[in-house]
Amino acid sequence: MRKVVVLGVGMTKFSGKQDKTAVELFAEAATDAINESNLKPKDIQALFMGNALSDFAEGQAHMQGFAADYIGAKGIPANRYENACASSSAAFRDAFMWVASGFYDIVLAGGAETAAKMGTPLATRTFAMASDSRYEYPAGITFPGVFALLAHLYSKKYNVPLERLKKQMAQVTVNSHYYGARNPKAQFQKEITVDDVLNSFMVCQPLQLYDCCPFSDGGSAVVLASEDKAKKLTNKPVFVAGVGQASAGNLLSQKEYLPRLRSRELAAEQSYKMAGLGPKDIDVVELHDCFSIATLIALEGLGFFENGRAGEAVEKGDTKIGGKLPINLSGGLKAKGHPIGATGTAQVYEIVRQLRGECGERQVEGARVGMTDTLGGDGGTLCNVILKKGW
Amino acid sequence: MEHKLSFKQYNEALKQNKLLGLKCKQCSAVTVPPRIACSQCASTDLEVVELSGKGKIQTFTSVFVPPEGRESECPYVIVIAELDEGPWIMGNLTGIDPNKVTMDIMGEKVKMAHAVFPGDKYSAGDEARPLFSLES
Repeated sequence: MRKVVVLGVGMTKFSGKQDKTAVELFAEAATDAINESNLKPKDIQALFMGNALSDFAEGQAHMQGFAADYIGAKGIPANRYENACASSSAAFRDAFMWVASGFYDIVLAGGAETAAKMGTPLATRTFAMASDSRYEYPAGITFPGVFALLAHLYSKKYNVPLERLKKQMAQVTVNSHYYGARNPKAQFQKEITVDDVLNSFMVCQPLQLYDCCPFSDGGSAVVLASEDKAKKLTNKPVFVAGVGQASAGNLLSQKEYLPRLRSRELAAEQSYKMAGLGPKDIDVVELHDCFSIATLIALEGLGFFENGRAGEAVEKGDTKIGGKLPINLSGGLKAKGHPIGATGTAQVYEIVRQLRGECGERQVEGARVGMTDTLGGDGGTLCNVILKKGW
Repeated sequence: MEHKLSFKQYNEALKQNKLLGLKCKQCSAVTVPPRIACSQCASTDLEVVELSGKGKIQTFTSVFVPPEGRESECPYVIVIAELDEGPWIMGNLTGIDPNKVTMDIMGEKVKMAHAVFPGDKYSAGDEARPLFSLES
Protein backbone atom coordinates (compact mmCIF):
# COMPACT_ATOMS: atom_id res chain seq x y z
CA MET A 1 0.00 0.00 0.00
CA ARG A 2 1.31 3.46 -0.89
CA LYS A 3 1.40 6.37 1.52
CA VAL A 4 -1.35 8.92 0.89
CA VAL A 5 -1.25 12.67 1.55
CA VAL A 6 -4.06 15.16 2.11
CA LEU A 7 -2.92 18.03 -0.10
CA GLY A 8 -5.39 20.90 -0.24
CA VAL A 9 -8.54 21.34 1.84
CA GLY A 10 -11.60 23.55 1.44
CA MET A 11 -14.88 24.23 3.15
CA THR A 12 -17.68 26.76 2.84
CA LYS A 13 -18.96 28.67 5.80
CA PHE A 14 -21.55 26.41 7.43
CA SER A 15 -24.92 28.12 7.84
CA GLY A 16 -28.64 27.91 8.26
CA LYS A 17 -30.89 27.99 5.22
CA GLN A 18 -29.43 29.82 2.25
CA ASP A 19 -29.81 29.91 -1.52
CA LYS A 20 -27.07 27.64 -2.84
CA THR A 21 -27.58 24.04 -3.95
CA ALA A 22 -25.48 21.15 -2.65
CA VAL A 23 -23.55 21.09 -5.95
CA GLU A 24 -22.78 24.81 -5.66
CA LEU A 25 -21.63 24.45 -2.05
CA PHE A 26 -19.51 21.43 -2.91
CA ALA A 27 -17.98 23.26 -5.86
CA GLU A 28 -16.88 26.21 -3.72
CA ALA A 29 -15.09 23.91 -1.28
CA ALA A 30 -13.68 21.67 -4.02
CA THR A 31 -12.28 24.58 -6.02
CA ASP A 32 -10.57 25.95 -2.90
CA ALA A 33 -9.08 22.52 -2.20
CA ILE A 34 -7.83 22.13 -5.78
CA ASN A 35 -6.34 25.65 -5.84
CA GLU A 36 -4.66 25.11 -2.47
CA SER A 37 -3.13 21.92 -3.89
CA ASN A 38 -1.59 23.85 -6.82
CA LEU A 39 -3.58 21.67 -9.18
CA LYS A 40 -6.14 22.17 -11.95
CA PRO A 41 -9.53 20.44 -12.18
CA LYS A 42 -8.20 18.31 -15.06
CA ASP A 43 -5.65 16.79 -12.67
CA ILE A 44 -8.41 15.14 -10.60
CA GLN A 45 -8.84 11.49 -11.61
CA ALA A 46 -11.95 10.56 -9.62
CA LEU A 47 -14.58 12.10 -7.33
CA PHE A 48 -15.92 10.58 -4.08
CA MET A 49 -18.84 12.73 -2.91
CA GLY A 50 -20.87 12.42 0.28
CA ASN A 51 -24.50 13.50 0.23
CA ALA A 52 -27.38 12.04 2.20
CA LEU A 53 -30.57 13.98 1.64
CA SER A 54 -30.56 16.17 -1.48
CA ASP A 55 -33.25 13.92 -2.92
CA PHE A 56 -35.59 15.41 -0.31
CA ALA A 57 -34.02 18.85 0.14
CA GLU A 58 -33.74 19.71 -3.56
CA GLY A 59 -35.36 16.92 -5.57
CA GLN A 60 -31.81 16.15 -6.65
CA ALA A 61 -30.43 12.64 -6.69
CA HIS A 62 -27.31 11.46 -8.53
CA MET A 63 -25.56 14.83 -8.43
CA GLN A 64 -21.98 13.54 -8.31
CA GLY A 65 -21.42 13.72 -12.07
CA PHE A 66 -22.95 17.19 -12.17
CA ALA A 67 -20.57 18.22 -9.39
CA ALA A 68 -17.53 16.92 -11.30
CA ASP A 69 -18.68 18.70 -14.46
CA TYR A 70 -19.49 21.90 -12.54
CA ILE A 71 -15.94 22.22 -11.19
CA GLY A 72 -14.38 21.43 -14.58
CA ALA A 73 -13.29 17.86 -13.92
CA LYS A 74 -15.18 16.55 -16.93
CA GLY A 75 -15.75 12.88 -17.57
CA ILE A 76 -14.08 11.48 -14.46
CA PRO A 77 -15.67 8.60 -12.57
CA ALA A 78 -17.82 10.03 -9.79
CA ASN A 79 -19.55 8.18 -6.97
CA ARG A 80 -21.99 9.34 -4.32
CA TYR A 81 -21.77 8.02 -0.78
CA GLU A 82 -24.88 7.84 1.38
CA ASN A 83 -23.80 6.88 4.88
CA ALA A 84 -26.06 9.34 6.70
CA CYS A 85 -23.97 11.76 8.78
CA ALA A 86 -20.76 9.86 7.94
CA SER A 87 -21.24 10.13 4.16
CA SER A 88 -18.10 12.11 3.34
CA SER A 89 -15.99 10.15 5.82
CA ALA A 90 -16.92 6.97 3.97
CA ALA A 91 -16.11 8.82 0.71
CA PHE A 92 -12.76 9.91 2.15
CA ARG A 93 -11.86 6.37 3.20
CA ASP A 94 -12.62 4.93 -0.23
CA ALA A 95 -10.70 7.77 -1.90
CA PHE A 96 -7.74 6.96 0.35
CA MET A 97 -7.88 3.27 -0.56
CA TRP A 98 -7.95 3.91 -4.31
CA VAL A 99 -4.84 6.10 -4.06
CA ALA A 100 -3.12 3.77 -1.58
CA SER A 101 -3.73 0.86 -3.95
CA GLY A 102 -1.96 2.66 -6.80
CA PHE A 103 -5.03 2.81 -9.03
CA TYR A 104 -5.25 6.64 -8.88
CA ASP A 105 -2.66 9.29 -8.01
CA ILE A 106 -4.85 12.33 -7.34
CA VAL A 107 -8.52 12.27 -6.31
CA LEU A 108 -11.09 14.54 -4.70
CA ALA A 109 -13.23 13.55 -1.69
CA GLY A 110 -15.85 15.74 -0.07
CA GLY A 111 -19.51 16.31 0.42
CA ALA A 112 -22.34 18.78 0.69
CA GLU A 113 -25.78 19.06 2.20
CA THR A 114 -28.62 21.53 2.31
CA ALA A 115 -30.38 20.17 5.38
CA ALA A 116 -31.40 23.56 6.83
CA LYS A 117 -33.28 24.23 3.61
CA MET A 118 -35.76 21.48 4.53
CA GLY A 119 -36.98 23.14 7.72
CA THR A 120 -37.30 21.30 11.04
CA PRO A 121 -40.32 19.00 10.38
CA LEU A 122 -39.04 17.57 7.07
CA ALA A 123 -35.42 17.50 8.26
CA THR A 124 -36.49 15.62 11.39
CA ARG A 125 -38.44 13.16 9.21
CA THR A 126 -35.63 12.58 6.72
CA PHE A 127 -32.90 12.28 9.37
CA ALA A 128 -35.10 9.61 11.01
CA MET A 129 -34.83 7.63 7.77
CA ALA A 130 -31.35 6.65 8.98
CA SER A 131 -33.03 4.60 11.72
CA ASP A 132 -34.89 1.37 10.96
CA SER A 133 -37.99 2.37 9.00
CA ARG A 134 -39.90 -0.80 9.90
CA TYR A 135 -38.96 -1.60 13.46
CA GLU A 136 -38.08 1.81 14.95
CA TYR A 137 -39.72 4.62 12.98
CA PRO A 138 -43.29 3.39 13.63
CA ALA A 139 -42.75 4.35 17.30
CA GLY A 140 -41.89 7.88 16.15
CA ILE A 141 -38.14 7.76 16.69
CA THR A 142 -36.12 10.86 15.76
CA PHE A 143 -32.39 11.48 15.98
CA PRO A 144 -32.56 13.48 19.17
CA GLY A 145 -34.78 10.61 20.34
CA VAL A 146 -32.05 8.04 19.72
CA PHE A 147 -29.52 9.98 21.79
CA ALA A 148 -32.12 10.75 24.45
CA LEU A 149 -32.59 6.98 24.85
CA LEU A 150 -28.81 6.61 25.12
CA ALA A 151 -28.52 9.46 27.65
CA HIS A 152 -30.89 7.74 30.07
CA LEU A 153 -29.11 4.42 29.54
CA TYR A 154 -25.76 6.12 30.16
CA SER A 155 -26.98 7.73 33.37
CA LYS A 156 -28.28 4.46 34.75
CA LYS A 157 -25.54 2.11 33.53
CA TYR A 158 -22.64 4.27 34.73
CA ASN A 159 -24.45 5.57 37.80
CA VAL A 160 -24.07 9.24 36.89
CA PRO A 161 -27.16 10.98 38.31
CA LEU A 162 -29.14 12.64 35.50
CA GLU A 163 -28.86 16.10 37.05
CA ARG A 164 -25.07 15.87 37.11
CA LEU A 165 -24.91 14.28 33.64
CA LYS A 166 -26.99 17.12 32.24
CA LYS A 167 -24.55 19.68 33.64
CA GLN A 168 -21.64 17.77 32.10
CA MET A 169 -23.50 17.64 28.78
CA ALA A 170 -24.22 21.37 29.01
CA GLN A 171 -20.51 22.04 29.53
CA VAL A 172 -19.80 20.09 26.32
CA THR A 173 -22.07 22.52 24.48
CA VAL A 174 -20.57 25.56 26.18
CA ASN A 175 -17.09 24.44 25.06
CA SER A 176 -18.28 23.92 21.48
CA HIS A 177 -19.77 27.41 21.34
CA TYR A 178 -16.59 28.88 22.87
CA TYR A 179 -14.54 27.57 19.96
CA GLY A 180 -17.27 28.14 17.38
CA ALA A 181 -17.15 31.83 18.35
CA ARG A 182 -13.50 31.75 17.24
CA ASN A 183 -14.10 29.99 13.90
CA PRO A 184 -15.21 32.33 11.09
CA LYS A 185 -16.66 29.34 9.20
CA ALA A 186 -18.90 28.24 12.08
CA GLN A 187 -22.70 28.51 11.90
CA PHE A 188 -22.91 29.81 15.48
CA GLN A 189 -20.29 32.33 16.55
CA LYS A 190 -21.73 33.11 19.92
CA GLU A 191 -20.67 31.97 23.37
CA ILE A 192 -23.36 30.56 25.65
CA THR A 193 -23.58 29.49 29.30
CA VAL A 194 -24.56 26.30 31.12
CA ASP A 195 -27.76 28.08 32.18
CA ASP A 196 -28.59 28.89 28.54
CA VAL A 197 -28.42 25.15 27.79
CA LEU A 198 -30.45 24.11 30.82
CA ASN A 199 -33.11 26.75 30.15
CA SER A 200 -33.60 25.92 26.47
CA PHE A 201 -36.75 24.07 25.39
CA MET A 202 -37.04 20.29 25.62
CA VAL A 203 -36.58 18.46 22.31
CA CYS A 204 -36.53 14.84 23.47
CA GLN A 205 -36.22 14.31 27.19
CA PRO A 206 -33.52 14.73 28.53
CA LEU A 207 -32.06 16.57 25.50
CA GLN A 208 -32.83 20.27 25.28
CA LEU A 209 -32.34 22.53 22.28
CA TYR A 210 -28.70 23.36 23.04
CA ASP A 211 -27.87 19.69 23.54
CA CYS A 212 -28.60 19.26 19.82
CA CYS A 213 -26.59 20.24 16.76
CA PRO A 214 -28.42 22.41 14.22
CA PHE A 215 -29.64 21.59 10.73
CA SER A 216 -27.10 23.16 8.38
CA ASP A 217 -26.16 23.92 4.79
CA GLY A 218 -22.55 23.62 3.70
CA GLY A 219 -19.85 21.88 1.68
CA SER A 220 -16.33 20.57 2.20
CA ALA A 221 -13.68 18.87 0.07
CA VAL A 222 -10.10 17.60 0.23
CA VAL A 223 -7.58 16.52 -2.39
CA LEU A 224 -5.78 13.22 -1.74
CA ALA A 225 -2.56 12.32 -3.56
CA SER A 226 0.10 9.66 -3.58
CA GLU A 227 3.28 10.54 -1.69
CA ASP A 228 5.27 10.81 -4.94
CA LYS A 229 2.88 13.32 -6.50
CA ALA A 230 2.42 15.20 -3.24
CA LYS A 231 6.15 15.76 -2.73
CA LYS A 232 6.26 17.73 -5.97
CA LEU A 233 3.37 19.95 -4.88
CA THR A 234 3.87 20.68 -1.18
CA ASN A 235 6.55 20.77 1.50
CA LYS A 236 3.90 20.34 4.20
CA PRO A 237 2.36 16.91 3.52
CA VAL A 238 -0.28 15.68 5.96
CA PHE A 239 -0.26 11.88 5.81
CA VAL A 240 -3.29 9.65 6.21
CA ALA A 241 -1.81 7.42 8.91
CA GLY A 242 -4.86 5.24 9.56
CA VAL A 243 -8.48 4.77 8.58
CA GLY A 244 -11.24 2.61 9.99
CA GLN A 245 -14.87 1.91 9.18
CA ALA A 246 -17.44 -0.41 10.72
CA SER A 247 -21.19 -1.01 10.62
CA ALA A 248 -23.99 -2.15 12.90
CA GLY A 249 -27.60 -3.24 12.65
CA ASN A 250 -30.41 -1.12 14.05
CA LEU A 251 -30.18 0.31 17.57
CA LEU A 252 -32.04 -2.64 19.09
CA SER A 253 -29.53 -5.08 17.64
CA GLN A 254 -26.76 -3.31 19.57
CA LYS A 255 -28.29 -4.13 22.97
CA GLU A 256 -25.22 -5.91 24.35
CA TYR A 257 -23.14 -2.75 24.04
CA LEU A 258 -25.39 0.32 24.44
CA PRO A 259 -24.79 3.11 25.34
CA ARG A 260 -21.43 2.17 23.79
CA LEU A 261 -21.48 2.05 20.00
CA ARG A 262 -19.62 -1.10 19.03
CA SER A 263 -19.02 0.11 15.45
CA ARG A 264 -16.90 2.95 16.88
CA GLU A 265 -14.76 0.55 18.87
CA LEU A 266 -14.20 -1.59 15.75
CA ALA A 267 -13.41 1.38 13.50
CA ALA A 268 -11.11 3.03 16.02
CA GLU A 269 -9.21 -0.20 16.54
CA GLN A 270 -8.65 -0.47 12.78
CA SER A 271 -7.39 3.08 12.51
CA TYR A 272 -5.09 2.86 15.54
CA LYS A 273 -3.67 -0.43 14.27
CA MET A 274 -3.03 0.91 10.77
CA ALA A 275 -1.36 4.01 12.18
CA GLY A 276 0.63 2.05 14.75
CA LEU A 277 -0.64 4.52 17.33
CA GLY A 278 -2.97 4.55 20.32
CA PRO A 279 -5.24 7.04 22.07
CA LYS A 280 -2.30 8.51 24.02
CA ASP A 281 -0.61 9.57 20.78
CA ILE A 282 -3.49 11.76 19.59
CA ASP A 283 -2.99 15.53 20.03
CA VAL A 284 -6.31 16.88 18.72
CA VAL A 285 -9.67 15.35 17.76
CA GLU A 286 -12.75 16.33 15.80
CA LEU A 287 -15.45 13.94 17.01
CA HIS A 288 -19.11 13.36 16.31
CA ASP A 289 -20.96 15.62 18.76
CA CYS A 290 -24.36 15.51 17.05
CA PHE A 291 -25.78 15.68 20.59
CA SER A 292 -23.99 16.60 23.81
CA ILE A 293 -24.26 13.06 25.19
CA ALA A 294 -22.74 11.77 21.93
CA THR A 295 -19.51 13.58 22.81
CA LEU A 296 -19.15 11.66 26.07
CA ILE A 297 -19.95 8.36 24.36
CA ALA A 298 -17.39 9.12 21.62
CA LEU A 299 -14.64 10.16 24.04
CA GLU A 300 -15.02 6.80 25.78
CA GLY A 301 -15.48 4.68 22.64
CA LEU A 302 -12.28 6.08 21.12
CA GLY A 303 -10.38 5.02 24.22
CA PHE A 304 -9.58 8.44 25.68
CA PHE A 305 -11.49 8.04 28.94
CA GLU A 306 -13.03 5.17 30.90
CA ASN A 307 -16.70 4.41 30.40
CA GLY A 308 -18.82 6.77 32.48
CA ARG A 309 -15.90 9.12 33.20
CA ALA A 310 -15.77 11.42 30.14
CA GLY A 311 -18.15 13.89 31.78
CA GLU A 312 -15.72 14.39 34.67
CA ALA A 313 -12.96 15.04 32.13
CA VAL A 314 -15.11 17.71 30.48
CA GLU A 315 -15.82 19.27 33.91
CA LYS A 316 -12.08 19.47 34.58
CA GLY A 317 -11.34 21.15 31.25
CA ASP A 318 -9.47 18.14 29.84
CA THR A 319 -11.12 18.57 26.45
CA LYS A 320 -10.17 22.21 25.95
CA ILE A 321 -6.90 23.68 24.68
CA GLY A 322 -4.29 23.12 27.39
CA GLY A 323 -6.14 20.01 28.63
CA LYS A 324 -5.33 16.36 28.11
CA LEU A 325 -7.16 16.09 24.79
CA PRO A 326 -8.53 19.17 23.01
CA ILE A 327 -11.63 18.27 20.99
CA ASN A 328 -13.87 19.99 18.45
CA LEU A 329 -11.88 23.21 18.26
CA SER A 330 -13.79 24.00 15.07
CA GLY A 331 -16.90 24.32 17.25
CA GLY A 332 -17.83 20.72 16.38
CA LEU A 333 -21.11 19.72 14.85
CA LYS A 334 -22.86 21.70 17.59
CA ALA A 335 -21.47 25.17 16.85
CA LYS A 336 -19.71 24.82 13.50
CA GLY A 337 -22.85 23.17 12.10
CA HIS A 338 -23.72 19.77 10.69
CA PRO A 339 -24.52 19.72 6.95
CA ILE A 340 -24.40 15.97 7.19
CA GLY A 341 -22.88 15.02 3.84
CA ALA A 342 -20.12 17.60 4.37
CA THR A 343 -19.32 16.85 8.00
CA GLY A 344 -16.66 14.14 7.67
CA THR A 345 -14.35 15.99 5.29
CA ALA A 346 -14.97 19.21 7.23
CA GLN A 347 -13.52 17.39 10.25
CA VAL A 348 -10.52 16.45 8.09
CA TYR A 349 -10.27 20.11 7.01
CA GLU A 350 -9.98 21.22 10.64
CA ILE A 351 -7.42 18.57 11.61
CA VAL A 352 -5.24 19.29 8.55
CA ARG A 353 -5.23 22.98 9.45
CA GLN A 354 -4.43 22.18 13.08
CA LEU A 355 -1.46 20.07 11.97
CA ARG A 356 -0.32 22.89 9.69
CA GLY A 357 -0.63 25.39 12.55
CA GLU A 358 -3.18 27.58 10.77
CA CYS A 359 -5.94 27.81 13.39
CA GLY A 360 -5.07 31.08 15.11
CA GLU A 361 -6.45 31.47 18.62
CA ARG A 362 -7.89 27.94 18.61
CA GLN A 363 -4.58 26.36 17.60
CA VAL A 364 -3.19 23.41 19.57
CA GLU A 365 0.51 24.28 19.77
CA GLY A 366 2.76 21.58 18.39
CA ALA A 367 -0.04 19.25 17.25
CA ARG A 368 1.50 16.39 15.26
CA VAL A 369 -1.24 13.74 15.17
CA GLY A 370 -4.99 14.35 14.84
CA MET A 371 -8.07 12.17 14.53
CA THR A 372 -11.57 12.42 13.14
CA ASP A 373 -14.63 10.46 14.26
CA THR A 374 -17.86 10.42 12.26
CA LEU A 375 -21.03 8.57 13.16
CA GLY A 376 -23.70 7.67 10.62
CA GLY A 377 -27.20 7.00 11.95
CA ASP A 378 -27.33 5.25 15.31
CA GLY A 379 -24.09 3.36 14.76
CA GLY A 380 -24.91 1.92 11.33
CA THR A 381 -21.75 3.59 10.02
CA LEU A 382 -18.71 4.71 11.96
CA CYS A 383 -15.56 6.11 10.35
CA ASN A 384 -12.27 7.19 11.91
CA VAL A 385 -9.28 8.86 10.28
CA ILE A 386 -5.85 9.48 11.84
CA LEU A 387 -3.76 12.20 10.22
CA LYS A 388 -0.07 12.85 10.84
CA LYS A 389 2.14 15.84 10.20
CA GLY A 390 4.80 14.89 7.64
CA TRP A 391 7.48 17.51 8.24
CA MET B 1 -33.54 -18.47 0.37
CA GLU B 2 -37.03 -17.94 1.78
CA HIS B 3 -37.70 -15.91 4.90
CA LYS B 4 -39.03 -17.88 7.84
CA LEU B 5 -40.73 -14.68 9.03
CA SER B 6 -41.11 -11.69 6.71
CA PHE B 7 -41.89 -8.14 7.76
CA LYS B 8 -45.37 -8.56 6.32
CA GLN B 9 -46.10 -11.65 8.42
CA TYR B 10 -44.61 -10.00 11.53
CA ASN B 11 -46.63 -6.84 10.93
CA GLU B 12 -49.93 -8.65 10.34
CA ALA B 13 -49.45 -10.70 13.52
CA LEU B 14 -48.56 -7.61 15.57
CA LYS B 15 -51.83 -6.04 14.42
CA GLN B 16 -53.51 -9.00 16.21
CA ASN B 17 -51.40 -8.27 19.34
CA LYS B 18 -49.25 -11.31 18.59
CA LEU B 19 -45.50 -10.68 18.75
CA LEU B 20 -43.70 -13.17 16.52
CA GLY B 21 -40.00 -13.92 16.66
CA LEU B 22 -37.55 -16.54 15.48
CA LYS B 23 -35.98 -19.20 17.67
CA CYS B 24 -32.67 -20.60 16.52
CA LYS B 25 -32.55 -24.40 16.38
CA GLN B 26 -28.77 -24.29 16.69
CA CYS B 27 -28.15 -21.91 19.61
CA SER B 28 -31.70 -21.37 21.00
CA ALA B 29 -31.40 -17.57 20.84
CA VAL B 30 -34.56 -15.63 20.03
CA THR B 31 -34.36 -13.05 17.23
CA VAL B 32 -36.83 -10.21 16.94
CA PRO B 33 -37.42 -8.08 14.90
CA PRO B 34 -37.03 -10.82 12.29
CA ARG B 35 -33.95 -11.39 10.17
CA ILE B 36 -32.97 -14.03 7.65
CA ALA B 37 -30.28 -15.29 10.04
CA CYS B 38 -30.03 -15.74 13.81
CA SER B 39 -28.93 -12.52 15.53
CA GLN B 40 -26.49 -14.49 17.71
CA CYS B 41 -24.93 -17.23 15.54
CA ALA B 42 -26.06 -16.36 11.97
CA SER B 43 -27.65 -19.78 11.48
CA THR B 44 -30.62 -19.84 9.11
CA ASP B 45 -32.09 -22.88 10.89
CA LEU B 46 -34.89 -20.91 12.54
CA GLU B 47 -38.47 -21.50 13.61
CA VAL B 48 -41.25 -18.98 14.17
CA VAL B 49 -42.33 -18.62 17.80
CA GLU B 50 -44.90 -16.41 19.51
CA LEU B 51 -43.37 -14.25 22.25
CA SER B 52 -44.99 -13.19 25.49
CA GLY B 53 -44.90 -9.45 24.75
CA LYS B 54 -43.81 -8.95 28.35
CA GLY B 55 -40.60 -7.34 29.40
CA LYS B 56 -38.86 -4.57 31.30
CA ILE B 57 -38.23 -0.98 30.28
CA GLN B 58 -34.54 -0.42 29.53
CA THR B 59 -34.70 3.23 28.50
CA PHE B 60 -37.15 5.88 27.34
CA THR B 61 -37.62 9.39 26.01
CA SER B 62 -40.49 11.81 25.58
CA VAL B 63 -40.54 13.37 22.13
CA PHE B 64 -41.56 17.04 21.96
CA VAL B 65 -40.30 17.89 18.44
CA PRO B 66 -41.96 15.48 16.00
CA PRO B 67 -41.06 14.51 12.46
CA GLU B 68 -43.25 15.79 9.62
CA GLY B 69 -46.59 13.99 9.74
CA ARG B 70 -46.42 12.91 13.41
CA GLU B 71 -47.45 16.27 14.92
CA SER B 72 -50.82 15.11 16.22
CA GLU B 73 -49.19 12.32 18.26
CA CYS B 74 -46.82 14.69 20.06
CA PRO B 75 -45.74 14.59 22.85
CA TYR B 76 -45.29 10.82 23.06
CA VAL B 77 -43.15 8.40 25.04
CA ILE B 78 -40.80 5.97 23.28
CA VAL B 79 -39.44 3.02 25.24
CA ILE B 80 -37.03 0.21 24.54
CA ALA B 81 -38.14 -2.89 26.40
CA GLU B 82 -36.11 -6.02 27.01
CA LEU B 83 -38.50 -8.88 26.33
CA ASP B 84 -38.64 -11.78 28.78
CA GLU B 85 -37.18 -13.86 25.93
CA GLY B 86 -34.12 -11.57 25.69
CA PRO B 87 -34.30 -9.27 22.65
CA TRP B 88 -34.82 -5.51 22.84
CA ILE B 89 -37.76 -3.96 21.04
CA MET B 90 -38.90 -0.37 20.49
CA GLY B 91 -42.42 0.85 21.05
CA ASN B 92 -44.48 3.51 22.76
CA LEU B 93 -45.61 3.67 26.36
CA THR B 94 -49.22 4.57 27.11
CA GLY B 95 -50.95 5.49 30.35
CA ILE B 96 -48.25 7.92 31.49
CA ASP B 97 -47.91 11.69 31.09
CA PRO B 98 -45.01 12.44 28.67
CA ASN B 99 -44.36 15.65 30.62
CA LYS B 100 -43.95 13.83 33.92
CA VAL B 101 -42.20 10.55 33.09
CA THR B 102 -38.84 10.07 34.84
CA MET B 103 -36.00 7.56 34.99
CA ASP B 104 -37.96 5.79 37.73
CA ILE B 105 -39.76 3.81 35.00
CA MET B 106 -36.50 2.17 33.91
CA GLY B 107 -36.68 -1.47 35.00
CA GLU B 108 -40.48 -1.44 35.35
CA LYS B 109 -42.40 -4.42 33.95
CA VAL B 110 -44.57 -3.81 30.89
CA LYS B 111 -47.14 -5.69 28.87
CA MET B 112 -47.85 -5.20 25.19
CA ALA B 113 -50.68 -4.21 22.89
CA HIS B 114 -50.09 -2.49 19.56
CA ALA B 115 -50.65 0.71 17.60
CA VAL B 116 -50.39 1.21 13.85
CA PHE B 117 -48.44 3.96 12.10
CA PRO B 118 -50.61 4.33 8.99
CA GLY B 119 -47.60 5.28 6.89
CA ASP B 120 -46.75 8.50 5.06
CA LYS B 121 -45.65 9.33 1.53
CA TYR B 122 -42.15 8.03 2.25
CA SER B 123 -43.01 4.72 3.92
CA ALA B 124 -43.91 1.41 2.28
CA GLY B 125 -47.38 1.04 3.78
CA ASP B 126 -48.60 0.76 7.35
CA GLU B 127 -46.37 -0.45 10.16
CA ALA B 128 -47.47 -1.67 13.59
CA ARG B 129 -45.37 -1.21 16.71
CA PRO B 130 -45.73 -2.41 20.28
CA LEU B 131 -47.75 -0.18 22.56
CA PHE B 132 -46.63 -0.95 26.09
CA SER B 133 -48.27 -0.20 29.41
CA LEU B 134 -46.96 -0.65 32.94
CA GLU B 135 -47.99 -3.99 34.45
CA SER B 136 -48.62 -2.69 37.95
